[in-house]
Amino acid sequence: MRKVMSIRKAYGQTLADYGAENPDIVVVVADVTSSTQTGFFEKRFPERFFNVGIMEQALIDVSAGLALGGMIPFANTFAVLYLRAAEQVRTCIAYANVNVKMVGAYCGLSNFKDGPTHHVECDTALMRSMPNITVIEPADAVEVSKFIPKIAEHKGPIYLRLTRAEVPVLFDEDYEPEIGRGIILRDGSDVALIASGVMVSRCMDAADELKNLGIDAYVVDMSTIKPLDKKLVWRLSEETGAIVTAEDHSIIGGLGGAVAEALGEEKPAVLERIGIRDTFTETSLSYEELLDHYGMSINDIVEAAKRAVKRRG
Amino acid sequence: MPFHPESLVRELDEIAQRLRLDALEMIHRRKAGHPGGSLSASEIITALIFHQLRIDPERPEWEERDRFILSKGHACSLLYAALARRGFFPREDLKSWGHLGSRLQGHPDRLKTPGIDMTTGMEGHGVAVGAGLCLAARLKGLNYHVYVLVGDGECQCGVLWEGALIASKYRLSELTVIVDYNHVQMSGPVHEVLPLDPLIEKWKAFNFATIEINGNDMRQVLDALDLAVEIRNKPTAIIAHTTKGEGVSFMENTHEWHGRPPDDEEFRRAAEELRRRIKRYEEGYVH
Repeated sequence: MRKVMSIRKAYGQTLADYGAENPDIVVVVADVTSSTQTGFFEKRFPERFFNVGIMEQALIDVSAGLALGGMIPFANTFAVLYLRAAEQVRTCIAYANVNVKMVGAYCGLSNFKDGPTHHVECDTALMRSMPNITVIEPADAVEVSKFIPKIAEHKGPIYLRLTRAEVPVLFDEDYEPEIGRGIILRDGSDVALIASGVMVSRCMDAADELKNLGIDAYVVDMSTIKPLDKKLVWRLSEETGAIVTAEDHSIIGGLGGAVAEALGEEKPAVLERIGIRDTFTETSLSYEELLDHYGMSINDIVEAAKRAVKRRG
Repeated sequence: MPFHPESLVRELDEIAQRLRLDALEMIHRRKAGHPGGSLSASEIITALIFHQLRIDPERPEWEERDRFILSKGHACSLLYAALARRGFFPREDLKSWGHLGSRLQGHPDRLKTPGIDMTTGMEGHGVAVGAGLCLAARLKGLNYHVYVLVGDGECQCGVLWEGALIASKYRLSELTVIVDYNHVQMSGPVHEVLPLDPLIEKWKAFNFATIEINGNDMRQVLDALDLAVEIRNKPTAIIAHTTKGEGVSFMENTHEWHGRPPDDEEFRRAAEELRRRIKRYEEGYVH
């Protein structure tokens, strides 16, 4: 069993540590200090921490102003609430190309207990369709920590999609992620599992099961969903001809959508998409149970991979 | 409060009349734009661009400059005309407004136009963006002032009041909001579409200092802007009563001219009225 760590805690602690190195970092939150673990930053740099209350639209606008004034704001609210601020994001961040880092907490179904109002299946689709915005969804606590300085030092708006869940640790401390590059976690030959966020470790487990069935599966952590590492997608398409995507997001418009577009443009392959299948979800007592219920179980990935291999022929 | 000499008031007022004609020419030439809310804001924009703002056309990105956000971005024809006369770009460029490839977009674009501090056009954003600029100034140790010009219709946007709450929380005395209160919005009179009164009390209730003026009176505009800078410990809202379409009799006080360009005959009549105003200055008849 892999060690399990909280992605949001890693985010909060790293942001506070990095804040000591970079005096331009400011943190703006819409009443989600504890949910996003940004209290670590607040404690150390109260003068650079702004809690604006429950106002997601102005969270975006005031962050834009801070960035225009030369700061590097990390704006924080629940992933679902970027939908409320969608026009602000488009006009004041994306179109104005302002250097704001937007952090979407509790993405996908990870806020299982608060139910479908607090779940979100379409935030990546929204952000991905806006010019200038980079979309990143890390797979574990190490990856999010390693990404923080790179995100801060990247010039331009970024959407950082974070789960509420504690997830297995996949990377060791030597790992250095790169914005715009997928990373192969496991080599294969028959099929490629391309995943983001919490689904990466589920794909690792699925690959173990597939191995027992005689199917060698690549596992790719596609932490940058936009710009997509198309070269890697095309390479895997050429090598395997069978792709499975997996994400805690709608199969429409997210990672699965992005991979489908890339495949269709250049090197088509058989594609199976694991994700929320164009439906609203329900409340549950456990995140794992929800993922399983809505077709994102390890077995669902295994079955999808088997189907993909069979369809490819 | 510094006394503004008569000569300065006259000089700026003359510019304001010329900018009205510039803006209307631009709208007529392009067959698109927003005459009503551009004409109402001429004294305010003139006072800011030609007097109040610490800006330098040679250094539009100067870090210590005062910031101006035209939150009611649809009045950009007049702002473009002002920035051109102030030397941020050649006046010749005004002719390219709205053409494909022009640096002058249908609404202000901070990335394309020198002198535009923030991209605007969708209503409501300026106050919160301005608040963010003020917070950044404090952290950077800069003492620039941030001016935000909003429309009255814009005061119906929820996000504008969210921005006001933030400015109030952080006591952003570096922020001055000017409401171009011309009482008319796109689909009709503001008091019919969605009443705002008592508007001054609303700003007061959001912990802003308030100043009420005639926004088409240059001396009152200048005095209010000076007073706003002197106010400590809270942001200021200047409620500037103006006339929609000010300066062109048949465009005044009607929503019909919010967003439609004049045809050739209408432009001829409008220009004649505006030229008559300008001529009074040229011949020294004013004041």
